[in-house]
Amino acid sequence: MIYLELFLTFFQIGLFTFGGGASMIPIIQQEVVSNGWLTEEQLLQYIAISESTPGPIAINMATFIGSTQGGILGSVLATLGVVLPSFIIILLIAAIFTRFAQYAGVQTVLKTIRPVVVGMIIAAGAYLVVTAIGIQNYTSISFDLRSVIITAVLALIMILYKLIFKKQIPVIAFILVAASVGLVAYII
Amino acid sequence: MQKFKTLLSLFFTYFKIGLFTFGGGYAMIALIEENVVNKKQWITKDELADIVTIAESTPGPIAVNCSTYVGYKIGGVLGSAIATLGCILPSFIIIYAISLVFDWFMGMTYVQYAFNGIKCAVGLIILRQGFKMFKSFKKTALSIICFIVALVGILLINFFAIDFSTVFFVLAGGIVGLFVYILDVVKNRRKEKAEARQALNLNTEADQIIEISDAEAINNAEVSDTATASQNKASNDEKNQKGGNTL
Repeated sequence: MIYLELFLTFFQIGLFTFGGGASMIPIIQQEVVSNGWLTEEQLLQYIAISESTPGPIAINMATFIGSTQGGILGSVLATLGVVLPSFIIILLIAAIFTRFAQYAGVQTVLKTIRPVVVGMIIAAGAYLVVTAIGIQNYTSISFDLRSVIITAVLALIMILYKLIFKKQIPVIAFILVAASVGLVAYII
Repeated sequence: MQKFKTLLSLFFTYFKIGLFTFGGGYAMIALIEENVVNKKQWITKDELADIVTIAESTPGPIAVNCSTYVGYKIGGVLGSAIATLGCILPSFIIIYAISLVFDWFMGMTYVQYAFNGIKCAVGLIILRQGFKMFKSFKKTALSIICFIVALVGILLINFFAIDFSTVFFVLAGGIVGLFVYILDVVKNRRKEKAEARQALNLNTEADQIIEISDAEAINNAEVSDTATASQNKASNDEKNQKGGNTL
């Protein structure tokens, strides 16, 4: 039952992503790839699309995967699933636990969850980089030289931009740069 | 009618916020402030700061959390549902439309070339986000251990294709946090108890000192009694009286 599976998977993703944005990538990566919904390659494409369209990345990913796996109903259910945990929790806080965030216990628990989430995000980012250059796991290692060069060039651009303009290159600009680098690298 | 108007306004305000924030997360806060705090004055700036804290402490995208919270404040449960719907609808429509043409779009050779470049950028973007967040948490022995365990754990799981849900890392982090909190509470309570006991001890010691000094006073009085009986009779009576009073 793909609809129920989509709903439950994204409900779980919605429930365990603290810190917004990128923190859902490690969980979504694992759930979606292990379910066989996306290949690593598709996952990278979907993240790129979700990052460069408006709205929270979690919603974008849910709608996207829901749609390709289960059509319009699938996308509605996946999106509903990812939103529902925070909707319920915030409603409870707004109505009952108005001082929720001020409880000492909540802050102590978050203080240990946050480094875990950061570790997960960096691991996911590193893994996505390695996947892009051709290493998926210990059984399939095949360096794609062109991807290695593109990644190195892009990393250099990211760092140089930061050094020259004293701020980070916007995500959309960076994706456009990457698209141009890709075009150049594969046309030559 | 007034209520209907408010709900409509909630919907369109959050629709706009959902439509114009790229990258999600903290980019949204500026837009929320402009629309919800300055223009509509549904909440104050302080309340927004509170909402951000709550959003950080709860799972889910920050924009969705904010829309649910403000929606509830303005229009109850219905208001929160409408605001949340308004916030996610733009993403939903845009992405759904893209998903319909995506396969066709990806079939074009030049698009594939471009995406071969883009796929190398995605991991770098996520890494950058991770490093940015790395600066934001307080470095203690415990937090660094949590960070390293999660980092190495996920890398190993991915590399060796181990079937282990990443969710458990978040759960484990929460449990460790809860454990630390309970330890803190127990430690504080023990400390309070010890302090209370110490205070009690000081009090009894002080009582003993007073008793001793009283006894000395009586002894002195007796000594002086025998020595210069008649001369100090009046003051002796006084002293004895004092001792008796305090005793």
